Amino acid sequence: MQLYLPIAEVSVNLFLLLGLGLIVGILSGMFGVGGGFLLTPLLIFIGIPPAVAVATQAPQITGLSFSGALAHLRRRTVDIKMGLVLLAGGLLGSLVGVRIFKLLSELGQVELLVSLCYVVFLGVIGGLMFIESVNTLRKSRKPGHVPVRKRHVWVHRLPIKMRFRTSHLYISAIPPFAIGFVVGILSAIMGVGGGFIMVPAMIYLIGMPTAVVVGTSLFQIMFVTAFTTILHATQNYTVDTLLALLLLLGGVIGAQIGAIIAVKLKAEQLRIALAGMVLAVCLKLAFDLVATPADLYSLTGQM
Amino acid sequence: MRGWLIALIFLAALGVGRAEEVVAGLSQNQVSITAFFDGSEIFVFGAVKREAPPPPGAGPLQVLVSIVGPVGPVTVRRKERVAGIWVNTDEVVVDRAPYFYANASTVPLREMLSHTDQMRHRIGLQWLVGLRGTPEDIANPFDFRDSVVRLRSNQGLYRELPGAVRLLEDTLFDVSVPLPANLVEGDYTARVFLTRDRNVVDSFETNITVRRGGLEDWIYRLAHDHPLIYGVLSVALALGLGWAAAAVFRYVRS
Repeated sequence: MQLYLPIAEVSVNLFLLLGLGLIVGILSGMFGVGGGFLLTPLLIFIGIPPAVAVATQAPQITGLSFSGALAHLRRRTVDIKMGLVLLAGGLLGSLVGVRIFKLLSELGQVELLVSLCYVVFLGVIGGLMFIESVNTLRKSRKPGHVPVRKRHVWVHRLPIKMRFRTSHLYISAIPPFAIGFVVGILSAIMGVGGGFIMVPAMIYLIGMPTAVVVGTSLFQIMFVTAFTTILHATQNYTVDTLLALLLLLGGVIGAQIGAIIAVKLKAEQLRIALAGMVLAVCLKLAFDLVATPADLYSLTGQM
Repeated sequence: MRGWLIALIFLAALGVGRAEEVVAGLSQNQVSITAFFDGSEIFVFGAVKREAPPPPGAGPLQVLVSIVGPVGPVTVRRKERVAGIWVNTDEVVVDRAPYFYANASTVPLREMLSHTDQMRHRIGLQWLVGLRGTPEDIANPFDFRDSVVRLRSNQGLYRELPGAVRLLEDTLFDVSVPLPANLVEGDYTARVFLTRDRNVVDSFETNITVRRGGLEDWIYRLAHDHPLIYGVLSVALALGLGWAAAAVFRYVRS
């Protein structure tokens, strides 16, 4: 059944959209990532204009992360103070990101920007994850070895120190603000929540306890993507709410299924699988950038 | 007296040229793009009104039905390889190009219409897609114009349908012109031409209005006229659905 999307101005199969949302939801439930980094390229592959695909991700992620954050708030696994510092950076980042996005879409370079960001970030993150999980898998075979987490000392020497009770930390507010800022830019440009960057950064850079990391990042993502939605809607007119709600519907159901599957699998295997998937998307996008396109010409601004 | 007679003969001669008139109708003058819009079709039908039989020796009668959709400028970008990757470099604005174009006829266009008449009546993509000025700093600017025709033909937006018009007894004709699912809102023109010996004998013109309907229209207007309200509403709906999902699954698990 074809559905005409009012903002994207394309007709797409309804079940294809629900299915995409479901599959990405399952993956995000399994791996505990937002799935935006998979959904944005997939939407572009099925013919949604890149500008609409990126902007529409924002409300979709808002809904998904709200659903997740509620569970964490109930379990009190959210460091709200840390979340607010990350959020302050995130809002500023989103503002900057949407500006860059608008500027480049006027220059006709937004597709390139999105692709390049994806290739770089997915390549780096996927590569690191892959190396690390292979190493952990190798080490876990030797009995009696416990992996030790490194803490960066330079982070603790920066000014504007704040006390974060929930995380048991007394550190400078600058690193979380900066992390939030970067994530905000990425959320606006790439149509992702940014959890895949924020979570490792919170663990390795800030040294937060793992228990509160996911809840706090969801808390930040929810507000930043809500803000990004409003910015994209008012500046670029590219948010397709109908599309977002359909993806969200598939996504929330998929996430629950994914969470059930994840319990039955080993953490190391999951991480290698995720790393493989991230690298596959990265390679596909990199290939598209380098390979000669089917048509060198493209049209914009019809009517 | 003699002058009158000459005038009368002259008028009669003109009358022979105009002896054939086209009477046509459309199955619909309004197309509404609703949520489940999956393309549509316009049925164009009509008859040839004739006061006298066609002059002996005249060529066969041909019919052309042309539907052309909202005309406007299009920005065309060309990719070039820069440091190994493909980047949009050159940009040309093609001043006028219809979004939709369909040319249905009894025989191929060049067999039924002279070049002069194609130009006079602006029939054919050659006259409909054009660059007004050519930018000097860009190599082969006409490739950009050609790419509009190529890309839109590939998308099913530009179609030549020779032989699609059915003509019965040189009098009744009909054709069904498909409209694609990726249609846009705007004013479209439908024209019917009768030709003989590659010249236009008579023509008929009417408008087709394509508008978004129902929910689609409401969403589009809200997004463009009140973007702030639309943005806030999007967030609220997403939060609502997120909350509902969390509530449902908590209930299912407990």
